Amino acid sequence: MKINWFKYASPASFYPLAGQLVPKFAAVAAVLVLIGLYVGFFHTADQLGGSNPQKEYYRIIFVHVPTAWMSMWLYLVLAGWSAIGLVFNTRLSFMMANAVAPTGAIFTFLALWTGALWGRPSWGTYWDWDPRLTSELILFFLYIGYMALHSAIDDSRRADRAAALLAIVGVVMLPIIYWSINCPDPNNCAALHQRSDPGSIHASILIPMLLITLGFWSYSFATAFMRLRDIILTREADSAWVRDMLLEARADTGGGSGTSSGVPAGAGRGAV
Amino acid sequence: MLKVFWCILTRDITLALRRRTDVLTTLFFFVIVVSLFPLGVGSERELLRLLGPGVVWVAALLASMLALERLFAADYDDGTLEQLLLAGQPLSLLVLAKVVAHWLLTGLPLVVIAPLMAMQYSLEPIAILVMMAALALGTPVLSLLGAIGAALTLGLRGGGILLSLLILPLYIPVLVYGAGAVSVSVVEIADTQPYFSLLGAFLVAALILAPPASAAALRISME
Amino acid sequence: MQDFLGQGGFAFYVWSAFGMTFGLLLAEVLVLRRHHRTILQRVGRLVRLRKQNQPPGEPK
Repeated sequence: MKINWFKYASPASFYPLAGQLVPKFAAVAAVLVLIGLYVGFFHTADQLGGSNPQKEYYRIIFVHVPTAWMSMWLYLVLAGWSAIGLVFNTRLSFMMANAVAPTGAIFTFLALWTGALWGRPSWGTYWDWDPRLTSELILFFLYIGYMALHSAIDDSRRADRAAALLAIVGVVMLPIIYWSINCPDPNNCAALHQRSDPGSIHASILIPMLLITLGFWSYSFATAFMRLRDIILTREADSAWVRDMLLEARADTGGGSGTSSGVPAGAGRGAV
Repeated sequence: MLKVFWCILTRDITLALRRRTDVLTTLFFFVIVVSLFPLGVGSERELLRLLGPGVVWVAALLASMLALERLFAADYDDGTLEQLLLAGQPLSLLVLAKVVAHWLLTGLPLVVIAPLMAMQYSLEPIAILVMMAALALGTPVLSLLGAIGAALTLGLRGGGILLSLLILPLYIPVLVYGAGAVSVSVVEIADTQPYFSLLGAFLVAALILAPPASAAALRISME
Repeated sequence: MQDFLGQGGFAFYVWSAFGMTFGLLLAEVLVLRRHHRTILQRVGRLVRLRKQNQPPGEPK
């Protein structure tokens, strides 16, 4: 099947496509997370005894590590769409970046929350200025800065471009910030540097972690597309295609409020 | 091209020296913040010696950020900035000139007054020297990075508080190594040179990368 | 069942971590769905208003 990708670069044709994709991504996310949780809770009992005994709170890493990974990955996605938007001047890229930001901020907050709850039983304190937790905190500030700048500017074109530039500056600075937090003393960096090698993690821990990460990834697609549809609708409220679509949906459902449930199957669940 | 740079530099300094209160406000903000800490945490000498480098650096961060709001604001209000954009000269160069003028007026006074502040925290003479050198290398980086934020928030309501939200996280590397150099200088065996190499590297990188970024931000804000 | 809920004495930490995570994610989806519905209603009302004010046959 040949798909014309450029067709979907315009908001008018991307809107219904995103609507069709949201339930699919949401379903995949739910299935993956549920399997991951099941495996994590009921098939990792071997971690509790034996040579490397863990306490029950190790289960927090099944959400802590995936949220932390997602928070970093989504910032890269955000900066990537911002760069594409600034280079190719495509509206949809900016909207995409915009739609990803709140989900990224939520994952960052969750990484901090679960990290604190992990820290209390294992280090005896909720907050330890551990380099990785501190980096998450800074990442959270960067997300907040991006969203604050975008919402402070009324003109949507300027808001898109200014926030995009900020995201790119942030992504350039992030490695330097991470590094300065990880190694505050350049005289003996090696001793302080923290490493976590995925290969050294036991498979029964790694598998649920990866499953939940993939689930969160799919979830991010779903929420980003939901938010993207709202952004498109508000920005294109005056355009002909929005008018036609809404009038058509109203005629079909006989004056319903236009939720997806009332639309005939032929029009596609995602049409409105 | 150098002539344009020089022209803007002298113009900005002349203008600022006619309104000296702006420069003095930043300086006294720095002095007040630093002087408040001993009142808050107690005046035990050992404690102050430990806190000193970090407090002075954080105060310098806040003071230089506070002054940033005015970097482009006056020129934006009276239309000069629009003329600069149309001047046919590389905008990054013009931005660099403005940042240098801004640093001479707000960063340099901090470096000069830092020894007095350090004495409040009973730091050793060697630590005071290191602090001055670290501030001299670090505060230009703050001005250069801050210019990006100042350009992005140009003309927004509540721009000042927003600016702090955008820029302060980016200041962390300078804070870590700037304050680190001073803390380490108290220990005799430790070597402060790597800290200065890193601060120098930040300065060079910021000199190259920040002016084009600020110029791009100005274009976005002015179009 | 009791053992499972107890989590070896770490119930508070484990369940507040998992509870906050999935509670917040679920809340995000619900808020987004409601938001989408309000936007559809608002935009739809605008569209209908404009259609009523525009006499038939006249080009836009």
